[in-house]
Amino acid sequence: MVLNWKTGGVLLGFVFFLAVLLVKPIGVSTQFVILDGIIGDAVNSELVTKTEEGYTSTNAYLAKSGGKYAKSVANPLNYSFIFVLAMMAGAFLSTMARGGLSKDERTMPAIWRANFGDSAAKRYAVAFIGGFIVLYGARLAGGCTSGHMMSGMMQTALSGYLFAAGAFAAAVPVAMIMYKKEG
Amino acid sequence: MTSIILAIVIGAAFGAVLDRIGATNPNWIGKMLSLKNLHLMKTILLAIGTGSILMFAGQMIGLVDVGHMSVKTAYVGVFIGGLLLGAGWAASGFCPGTGVCAAASGRKDGLFFIAGGLLGAAAYMVTYPAWKASGMLDAIAGGAVTLGTVPGSKYEGITGMSGDILGIILGLAFVVVAFVLPERPMGGGAEPVPAE
Repeated sequence: MVLNWKTGGVLLGFVFFLAVLLVKPIGVSTQFVILDGIIGDAVNSELVTKTEEGYTSTNAYLAKSGGKYAKSVANPLNYSFIFVLAMMAGAFLSTMARGGLSKDERTMPAIWRANFGDSAAKRYAVAFIGGFIVLYGARLAGGCTSGHMMSGMMQTALSGYLFAAGAFAAAVPVAMIMYKKEG
Repeated sequence: MTSIILAIVIGAAFGAVLDRIGATNPNWIGKMLSLKNLHLMKTILLAIGTGSILMFAGQMIGLVDVGHMSVKTAYVGVFIGGLLLGAGWAASGFCPGTGVCAAASGRKDGLFFIAGGLLGAAAYMVTYPAWKASGMLDAIAGGAVTLGTVPGSKYEGITGMSGDILGIILGLAFVVVAFVLPERPMGGGAEPVPAE
């Protein structure tokens, strides 16, 4: 079972506050780019190179804003990258502490099964394509649900509201068409 | 070193809370986005409100360093990217943060989401120059701006209102909406037995 929304909302709000109090607002999607950069640089060491002022890249996106992404690729032990690894550890421990997920849920969520049947291949294909679209969109927007929607709207950032308007304008119709049954 | 410890503590707390509120569970995402059960929406709205009130009140009393604010630029691509993210979020039931957490908690479809996500991010890295040239990444409405003008912040406001006070008022508005939003707006009788 999930936490009551009042308890859960205050806890989540407190985590966002803690992040801004101690370091900076939470964001996640940039780290997909950083991991891509780390993989790319392992295959082709010319991708990210050190310069006199810092780092740069043959990829224009990694090189933008004075090479700040290139710098993170060259130094993966930075706050934002470790943050995402810690998130995974936190979610893992929390799930295990409440007894873990059932075998069925580990393959696909009940809501998917109820609407599209038992084929794992079909579910994995949609999860893969969904992931592609989500991260392409997040990088185009310059942030995702945590960076733009939660951290952004919390700071009264205009960009956060613009992003949330786009995200829900697409998400609600797609979900209403796809998920007619609750599972 | 301190920053790495903070990353571990805050990151782990964030991941654990996302798990406990159901955000890493595509069942709750699907029910929320198809407007069948808004329990998670109420949680998120209350969280934004709580975070906003604490942050701006903290800045007013000098507890929170205004320099920690990080406001992103507004441009047309933010909205288009939002549309794309929204469509993929609804279809898969994952967003970047909840997807990695879901995979870590044992969801195999979460691993496929991450693989697709790495490819999608790489595709953007390659196509970035075209977006840049299209002008859709150019700042609009002042770029990196807040709704009010936050004292001591490097970001401009689109209105002259006190950004702190406005932030607290909007935070309270998020809290109120969280309370008044019905859990099951479409009716639909009793809740089916939750999965897991």
